[in-house]
Amino acid sequence: MSKAAAIDIVSVTKTYGATTAVRAVSLKIPAGSYCCLLGPSGCGKSSTLRMIAGHESITSGDIRLGNTVVTDLPPARRGTAMMFQSYALFPHLDVAENVAFSLKMKGVPKAERHKRALEMLRLTHMEEYAARRPAQLSGGQQQRVALARALITDPEALLLDEPLSALDPFLKIRMRAELKKLQSELGITFVHVTHSQEEAMALADMVVVMNDGRIEQAAVPRTVFERPATAFVARFMGDHNVLSGTVTEATEKSATIGMEGGGAFVASGGGRAAGEAADIAIRTDRVRIGEADDPALGFTGTVSNIEYRGSSVKLSFAGPGIDDFTAIVGDTAFFARPIRVGDTVPLAWSAEDAIVLGRLDA
Amino acid sequence: MSATAEHSIAEPTPGMKRRVSLARLAPYLQAAPLTLILGAFLVAPILMIVVVSFWDYDFARLYPDFVTYNYTETLGSWVTWKTYLNTLKFSAIVWALTLCIGFWVAYFLAFHIRTTAMQIVLFLVCTVPFLTSNIIRMISWIPVLGRNGLINAALVESGLVPAPLEWLLYSEFAVVLAMVHLYTLFMVVPIFNTLMRIDRSLIEAARDAGANGWQILWNVIIPLAKPGMAIGTIFVVTLVMADFITVQVMSGGQSASVALIMKNQMSLLQYPAAAANAVVLLVLVLLLVAGILRVVDIRKEL
Repeated sequence: MSKAAAIDIVSVTKTYGATTAVRAVSLKIPAGSYCCLLGPSGCGKSSTLRMIAGHESITSGDIRLGNTVVTDLPPARRGTAMMFQSYALFPHLDVAENVAFSLKMKGVPKAERHKRALEMLRLTHMEEYAARRPAQLSGGQQQRVALARALITDPEALLLDEPLSALDPFLKIRMRAELKKLQSELGITFVHVTHSQEEAMALADMVVVMNDGRIEQAAVPRTVFERPATAFVARFMGDHNVLSGTVTEATEKSATIGMEGGGAFVASGGGRAAGEAADIAIRTDRVRIGEADDPALGFTGTVSNIEYRGSSVKLSFAGPGIDDFTAIVGDTAFFARPIRVGDTVPLAWSAEDAIVLGRLDA
Repeated sequence: MSATAEHSIAEPTPGMKRRVSLARLAPYLQAAPLTLILGAFLVAPILMIVVVSFWDYDFARLYPDFVTYNYTETLGSWVTWKTYLNTLKFSAIVWALTLCIGFWVAYFLAFHIRTTAMQIVLFLVCTVPFLTSNIIRMISWIPVLGRNGLINAALVESGLVPAPLEWLLYSEFAVVLAMVHLYTLFMVVPIFNTLMRIDRSLIEAARDAGANGWQILWNVIIPLAKPGMAIGTIFVVTLVMADFITVQVMSGGQSASVALIMKNQMSLLQYPAAAANAVVLLVLVLLLVAGILRVVDIRKEL
């Protein structure tokens, strides 16, 4: 239906007075991909999206959409369409008029714009609600209308600002699947801002983790989850224990990290020099209860909390120099040999499950 | 849940019965103060006026009676009709001007002043003239508009006009000018209120859809400001319809309004005639307000 455009963000900075929201961010989003900008609130992901959309001026840097530099173009001439967080449907217009709004602005005759609005509503399964007002629709229905309104401009890229945050959990998962389906049908570039790592991993071809106005990591979801680039990414994606210490010994493929007041752990990942501060990440679901083959791949900890989660059990430990260490153990394994809060047990993991994390240059 | 409720209704204990009846009475007690106030100060006076409008009178006293003479005389006289038309004309002109000025002032305050603090300061500046009395604000036009007033003096001295303009003061122009001056704020306040409630992301959504500034104004802002405009319209129209002092002072007695007729009738002790006039005016104003409410839904604003 439409041509997708790659989005190229070249060292874009956004400052509001004295505060910097986005610091020299560079990012290439391939044409036709589903990209999620992920990060906590205030990390600059929304500002980045709004700069792509043209609703925020760019302090310095450039944004290119396809072959056009859109830095100074108004929103409607960029080939992007935006879906707003609160949907921003016009309360005084009915659903069909909302969808046809951009056609009306272009001066398309009434009969034709109504016809095209209905086509677009059919795509989002909302044609039977064409005569309703937004206030008479549920959150999910409003979202479909907002989607139809954004798509009627035939954009090369669709920009979604936290599109699922206002929905209840069940609807969220359903709309998530629909968004993904729609994106693969239309083949256009989607840029989706979210603070939910689950949502980003479920949807994205490319996850961009942002923090404090910078990109911490931009990669496919599997890489972001399995090889988090920084301690922030490992913590934000969850399911990782992050331990901080000093490099005591470094080889080309691994490094040994000495913890303050405690043990030393070996982790894979090179390029570190002895004496540097470093972080390592250990997957929580790969930690097992049992003696370690290598003392640098485990420790003995005291159980501080046990959470039953159905198919798994979440165990929290404290150890020498470690305040909080999590292990996710399968329910069968746990109940075969149950432990209680206060017990002291040995923990172990394999060499490939501990990785050295990078640090962004300040 | 329902079973226990039925149970308690089926076998009420004596103590509970009293509590239930008190609970039934509570809503009425809560509504009583407002009912009393509205009854004493709104319903009773209007009923009084309606009753008196059917009484008979002569030059010295009123006679409780039921005569329709007051109405037939009021509605049968071409002077009344002319005065009503004149009052409606003033209302229409003043409404159009206050709506136009009021909307732009409110729009400027709501959309072009960035900080809330500055918005509040400028909004208060708008209300400063209202700290003085109506009469003073009106009378202060006289040295400006008069035959030897500021404007005429300036025009004559600069040679733009050979003789002072006569229509500046004591004319319909002066009446309209003074009314617009007095009543524009009643338009600014409700419109500003509605404009401030417009979700700014709607403006962005419109811009995203390719709307330019005028298209946003016409397709988004004005439709969403309609409830405020309707409330402002009700204020201005009712104020102008009931005005007599502005018409009297600024027209120099050359123009009449319905309220001015009433005032004259009262000064001649023709209370029943004035009451009949008041009832007719009340009905007319209520019809106008009903018409406005049919066109615009203001419930969201209240």
